[in-house]
Amino acid sequence: MTVQVQSDMRKSMLATALIGIGLMAGVDEIVFHQLLGWHHFYDLATPQIALFSDGLLHSAELIVLVAGFFLLLDLRGRQALAPTAAWAGLFIGLGGFQLFDGIVDHKVLRLHQIRYGIDNLLTYDLLWNASGAVLLLIGLLLSRRLRARPRMA
Amino acid sequence: MEHTAHAQPHAGSALAFLLLALLLGAYALATRPGRAGRRWSPWRTLSFALGTALLGLALAPPLAAFAHADLRGHMLQHLLLGMFAPLALVLGAPGTLLLRSLPRRAARALVAFLATRPVRTLIHPLTALALDIGGMYLLYLTPLYAFSTNDPAVHFLVHLHFLLSGYLFTWSIAGPDPAPHRPGLKLRLGVLFLGTALHATLGKLMYAYGFPQGTAHDLREIQAAAQLMYYGGDVAELLLAIAFFARWFRRSHAGPLGALSPPEKGKTAAPAVTCRPDR
Repeated sequence: MTVQVQSDMRKSMLATALIGIGLMAGVDEIVFHQLLGWHHFYDLATPQIALFSDGLLHSAELIVLVAGFFLLLDLRGRQALAPTAAWAGLFIGLGGFQLFDGIVDHKVLRLHQIRYGIDNLLTYDLLWNASGAVLLLIGLLLSRRLRARPRMA
Repeated sequence: MEHTAHAQPHAGSALAFLLLALLLGAYALATRPGRAGRRWSPWRTLSFALGTALLGLALAPPLAAFAHADLRGHMLQHLLLGMFAPLALVLGAPGTLLLRSLPRRAARALVAFLATRPVRTLIHPLTALALDIGGMYLLYLTPLYAFSTNDPAVHFLVHLHFLLSGYLFTWSIAGPDPAPHRPGLKLRLGVLFLGTALHATLGKLMYAYGFPQGTAHDLREIQAAAQLMYYGGDVAELLLAIAFFARWFRRSHAGPLGALSPPEKGKTAAPAVTCRPDR
């Protein structure tokens, strides 16, 4: 495998991982923060800070999405896009963000919980993290196929 | 609400239209081939024309009347004057065209002026952010907005500030003109990130707490205007982010959409007076 092919595969993965992170952050922000109103990104201070933390998340997901699509466009333009690597990157981005949010943000840093005023938070946490883990696993399995058959990528 | 502002709205609009027509005429004149030898991209001309059209729309009597009666109208004007029109104007690269059209000595003097310390500070992305988004916080969260609806001079200055600070912010992030002292891409990306977050936050603060206060607008109208600001601002910032990354990719490699080689390392300098869009 040449260095060029390896580098294109890495870039394909990076591009779609960024898109995956942006998409999952967008789903989180739109569904849970805005439509359901279950939590904000940072719930431990005043409501104004909660709104600002959402603003930061919103801004980051917008910029990450645009950056990811530009990388993708660039690879397509050079006909250097590696499809399997790209799919792997997308699932790793989706699942990785979900799991990171579920474990680091919710549990380690305790920035916010999924929902307040309920008894069975554990069920919510398990569902949240399990969905993230499944997505991440799909991505990792796809990326293993890259190593096995690099030519197919 | 008192409507003393714009006693003669039609006279004001007519004057604005005249100025816009003159501006567009001067731009078109400067793009004539042969003047500086190099062909001018029709896309830039189109973009600049679109920008002046958006300004004309924002200042047209029907929209001005709507803006006087309804906060949503004001917000529409704000989005056009401060975000959408500036982006289209900036992408038209009028600064490049000006440098190219001026006599060599005048162009040199202008570039030297832009390189002086106070001007460099003024056109720094962080200053532009403070002037643009900071100005919005000042306008909507303090009694300034209520004041501006009653005083024609303040009203005019607020609109002028929207346009100038919006142009400056857009230019400092993604302007195609030569800018030898502009900070690097990473800082500009950070400022864009912060600006987008602060704009979204302001929209929500206005929605949640009913800003601007001290006006005759009821809460539902204010909330509708805040939503317009939030989503309209989002679209404008998405376009700005696209313009920014388009420049990043273009300059990171040869060819229209080159590879993403490691982004330039703090080096943005283009030769001082190349008079070509700095890419």
